[in-house]
Amino acid sequence: MKSLEELRALREKMRSQTDNRSVAADGETVIKVGMATCGIAAGARPVLEALLDEAEKRRLHNVSISQTGCIGMCRLEPIVEVFRDGQKYTYVYMTPEKARRVVAEHVVNGNVCTEFLIGEN
Amino acid sequence: MFRSHILVCGGTGCTSGNSIKIYEALVHRIYKEGLDKEVHVTQTGCFGLCALGPIMIVYPEGAFYSQVKVEDVDEIVNEHIIKGRIVTRLLYKETVGHDGNIKALNDTNFYKKQHRVALRNCGVINPEKIDEYIAYDGYEALGKVLTEMTPQDVIDEITRSGLRGRGGAGFPTGRKWQFARNSEGKKKYVCCNADEGDPGAFMDRSILEGDPHAVIEAMAIAAYAIGSDQGYIYIRAEYPIAVQRLTIAIQQAREYGLLGKNIFGTDFCFDLDIRLGAGAFVCGEETALMTSIEGHRGEPRPRPPFPAVKGLFGKPTILNNVETYANVPQIILKGADWFSSMGTEKSRGTKVFALGGKIQNTGLVEIPMGTTMREIIYDIGGGCPNGKKFKAAQTGGPSGGCIPAHLIDTPIDYDNLISIGSMMGSGGLIVMDEDNCMVDIAKFFLEFTVDESCGKCTPCRVGTKRLYEMLCKVTDGTATMEDLDKMEELCYYIKENSLCGLGQTAPNPVLSTLRYFRDEYEAHVRDKRCPAGVCKKLLRYKIVEDKCKGCTLCARNCPVGAITGTVKEPHVIDPAKCIKCGVCMEKCKFGAIVKE
Repeated sequence: MKSLEELRALREKMRSQTDNRSVAADGETVIKVGMATCGIAAGARPVLEALLDEAEKRRLHNVSISQTGCIGMCRLEPIVEVFRDGQKYTYVYMTPEKARRVVAEHVVNGNVCTEFLIGEN
Repeated sequence: MFRSHILVCGGTGCTSGNSIKIYEALVHRIYKEGLDKEVHVTQTGCFGLCALGPIMIVYPEGAFYSQVKVEDVDEIVNEHIIKGRIVTRLLYKETVGHDGNIKALNDTNFYKKQHRVALRNCGVINPEKIDEYIAYDGYEALGKVLTEMTPQDVIDEITRSGLRGRGGAGFPTGRKWQFARNSEGKKKYVCCNADEGDPGAFMDRSILEGDPHAVIEAMAIAAYAIGSDQGYIYIRAEYPIAVQRLTIAIQQAREYGLLGKNIFGTDFCFDLDIRLGAGAFVCGEETALMTSIEGHRGEPRPRPPFPAVKGLFGKPTILNNVETYANVPQIILKGADWFSSMGTEKSRGTKVFALGGKIQNTGLVEIPMGTTMREIIYDIGGGCPNGKKFKAAQTGGPSGGCIPAHLIDTPIDYDNLISIGSMMGSGGLIVMDEDNCMVDIAKFFLEFTVDESCGKCTPCRVGTKRLYEMLCKVTDGTATMEDLDKMEELCYYIKENSLCGLGQTAPNPVLSTLRYFRDEYEAHVRDKRCPAGVCKKLLRYKIVEDKCKGCTLCARNCPVGAITGTVKEPHVIDPAKCIKCGVCMEKCKFGAIVKE
């Protein structure tokens, strides 16, 4: 380590390893993936992995990603819920590709991916 | 990024409760389930609530599992990690609200009033991974100091923050550094006192176990400020986990070039070594500590010259306590104003206390200066167990004094404690309830100092011994009222004439108990009675005739055959034979045996 820049680069890299190591703060986007038996059977794990991977790649620190139990509409699984600004958005029939788009468009840019929302399906 | 972090406490308390096995079982199970890419298991330093160890926290839910056993690991993984259902039965009761919802940890009584500065990374990061320390702004302060500040700027910032030595005496840290900087000489040393020796104190140990890099970083900052290139950490060998983590931390810092030559590409060079102490209490005294580092027997030397002028190997040296150092990087990063906004007029910042003795929540707490003893003992500590009445608290270990119940609303800071006859000390806080005899407590601490006196100067070597003998007379019931006055006189003599801090403070427990609990001393002397029922020689066990059913249980359990009587008739204890072990009282089902 020869400069402060190097230290900061390492910190930036390490921060994604320690993200999620706290209770989500106010103003943080919370993403929950339904991962009961139904969700896992429908392919929720690759969706979760895609979300985590995308958040890490984009160095998002203001987001908490975790799993939850059965959301109740098993036929629409995999389901991803995004809590942001006091609103809940429920995305259904998710795939890893769709999950990445939700991160890019909704979480980063604030544009809700309406076509994946529960009302549209 | 991980979807969940499982933090297992790896502090000394939880480790002795087998937390390592829990950690290993978790790692194994998570790996077996193929979850190791999304769930991160790590070992951290102390969470503080040692009474409820082993402790485990699962984020992002913030579920605080207490008294976890290895057998519970499967249930936690099956339910919580795989299915997302928190295992309520293992949660710390305080975190479960009346409605069954989980409260945030910071809303519980134990954590609510705490403010973690020195302990900020304890229970958050893995102390054996420098990368995690860096993720939480580690070494940023050192980088800032080396690239943006002059040594004088650093000292000014520390002076302005109002930071005072956390080892007990409370000397302003900035001023100490200034003296060392002003001293002439090419070679200067930076030392860290991690010889925490007070019975019942474990603050420094926990900081080193939970966040060793903070101390290393601060020592490098101090070295830059005074112009030193070599540091020593003096730590007692009885702290194996702390020594091990410190060794790893120094190694990692060297590998990253954060210790060694040309740190951050500047001209600044600094390296650190560990010196292990053999556990002598006197080596926590600064001059004795330096003598010990030099390789001699740990004995104090007269001051002046002060270490800042002529210290280790005769060179200018600064010596600070672990907790003092742990505050330094935060002050540099967040500024002196931030730090001085906490605490009281003359005592800024926070103080870590190790709560022990007769208290519900034994553990480690960090509170802003100026918090009252009542808040620490009742709000944070949960009061005395079994509904007993609080009697007094001892701060400063064998060098400090007791704070009686009627002074419980005193705000805690350096000056207030001294004015009521105690001292801050390094932060051990031993709570005593109505069952403790204050003469016995004073005797306990004095026995410790008699044992630990190095023997170099007479007032301490002989004086404490004589004082101890007088105390024994009191607890034996053979003392006279004249002895109490003599005791007091001897206390002042020892205080005034001893060479080092050990002797100068050794009589404090006696003086403060004499001041606040003189009636207890007098009861021992005049009435030959120990009000708390502790001093064995003054105790008598008696059978209340009306209550005794003659069941013979006491007589059968008495180890010395002191109880006689026939079946269904009241029994009698022979005081000549009785050894006051208390077995009969414990065994009696009718409450017929009393001590007086």
